[in-house]
Amino acid sequence: MPCRAGDVEQMLWNFVWKSAYHDSVTLMRLTRDLEAVPGVGRAAAMMGTPQNRALLKDAGLLGPDGEAASPNDLLIAVAADDEASARAAEAAVRTALTARPAPGDRHTAARPRSLDSALRVLPDATLALISVPGLYAGAEARKALAAGLHVMLFSDNVPIETEVELKRLAIARDLFLMGPDCGTAILNGVPLGFANAVPRGRIGIAAASGTGLQEVACLFAAAGEGISHAIGVGGRDLSDAVGGLMMERALAALARDPATEVVCVIGKPPGPSVARRLETLARTLGKPCVVHFVGGAEALPAAGGVIEERHGFAEVLRASGGVWGAISGPPMSLEDAARAAVALARGEAFTSVEFTAPAPEIDRLVGDATRGQAVSQRFVRGVYSGGTLAWEAHGLLAATLGEVAPGVTGGGAGHRVVDLGEDVFTVGRPHPMIDGTVRREWIEKDGADPSTSVLLLDVVLGYGAHPDPAGELLPAIEAARHRARAAGCRLAVVASVCGTTDDPQPRAAQVARLNAAGVIVMPSNAQAARLAARVAAKAGRG
Amino acid sequence: VTAAAGRRGGPLLGGDTRVITLGLELFAHTCAAVGIPVVHVDWTPPAGGDPRLADLLSRVTDETPCRSSS
Repeated sequence: MPCRAGDVEQMLWNFVWKSAYHDSVTLMRLTRDLEAVPGVGRAAAMMGTPQNRALLKDAGLLGPDGEAASPNDLLIAVAADDEASARAAEAAVRTALTARPAPGDRHTAARPRSLDSALRVLPDATLALISVPGLYAGAEARKALAAGLHVMLFSDNVPIETEVELKRLAIARDLFLMGPDCGTAILNGVPLGFANAVPRGRIGIAAASGTGLQEVACLFAAAGEGISHAIGVGGRDLSDAVGGLMMERALAALARDPATEVVCVIGKPPGPSVARRLETLARTLGKPCVVHFVGGAEALPAAGGVIEERHGFAEVLRASGGVWGAISGPPMSLEDAARAAVALARGEAFTSVEFTAPAPEIDRLVGDATRGQAVSQRFVRGVYSGGTLAWEAHGLLAATLGEVAPGVTGGGAGHRVVDLGEDVFTVGRPHPMIDGTVRREWIEKDGADPSTSVLLLDVVLGYGAHPDPAGELLPAIEAARHRARAAGCRLAVVASVCGTTDDPQPRAAQVARLNAAGVIVMPSNAQAARLAARVAAKAGRG
Repeated sequence: VTAAAGRRGGPLLGGDTRVITLGLELFAHTCAAVGIPVVHVDWTPPAGGDPRLADLLSRVTDETPCRSSS
């Protein structure tokens, strides 16, 4: 039954398909298909969960039929000029779903409907990779552990009590529970979730941080090293509430692993009791170990007094006999952690780096970036898809520029950073590394703001990520620049590309596309943040 | 989970990895692309979409004791 769609001159149709569940990536594609139909304005394809129904209601896209949808029902909401357009949109969804991969595909040859039936198809399975909505993720993880499988829990929005319960269950069964909100892992050379194509090698990673793990792994590859394994443990594992249950297990596994010569631990600042435990574990690991905590300036005191803060890595390394180093940022960075691990593997001296390019080259980049900027353009605006990278940028900007809006939610009128992978931005939508729709909106909005001097971006490559992240962002960057020019401004854009030569989207090609569009691409997120800070500082001085 | 039986997985590190994916199908595509055995579950919310009931049902499991140690 049609009704008026919000405040626009179109009518609203809701179609409810009973018992037709689809994942968030499929739904994103269906939404695009709907919006491409002539005569259709706004549209959405979502599962009929209470949360999604509330989102549609706020958007003026929920009608009486949609209100009755259940979590297992596909809800198609269409604001259209007329009934024929709305029906054509529904037909487009049917066509798109019919065009899904044929059952002849190797990995879809059998399509079991449950974990139990999947185990009959693959009885020697070793691991369950779970990315169902958070409401159901705990139950699926519990079933997988009970079936004797290691679990990588990609899903977020899992209560912390459930996390603790699942991790204790995993330990009791001699298994791993990686996550929840574990975005990436590389085990035995197999990339899981968002992971880069990194050569196999001698450095093992244990990380409570998705893009932190990806950044150091890619920097190892760039330095000619490789990884033995990269174990994600979930962003909350180092909190005192969880107690580092999986980090401890990951470190023990890497200590036993003959392929691992050096261990690199990455995470946000831990709770005080976990920090003490981690320090003991790292010191007694029996292998060289680098520990790095990433965090905004306000996050640092959490580990204060336990693991030495703001020390140059070289000092700490000397003090511990050369086998253990804690380097916490800022000003230290993920790049410093990667360089330290490489130095330990090669028995070389570690040196921290601010920029790899010579100082005159950096001065030239800053001069070019600020040339022609208006006096109003004073601030850095970081628009990120990776949470750890966003926090690292926040910390480094704060260390150089002083005042940066607290957190990574994009608030405030000055320097600010937003992480669009935060739960609040991903409800009912795929992660911004998969689909950059929301990020493009932020780039256009922040880039066109006359107070923005420089946009700071991460571009994360690898399996699971968008097939052409640079190509996806460039139209928004160009649109922002166009609007800035119209307002008498000239926008600078600085980025880093987290990826490798062997990724599905080869790094060099992505960098070339960005460079061709006038984006300054730095070798690491830390260097990109530092350069953006230099640009804004110079712009602010006029 | 009637198929439950101790620990199937073996040690996390050092052996083969064979994966069952539930949720985003693109992760199954990645496993297939790198040539490891993978089965994707055509998942739908269990228990008619009632998360509390799904949680309760997941606790009704086979309690076969696991093998020790990796």
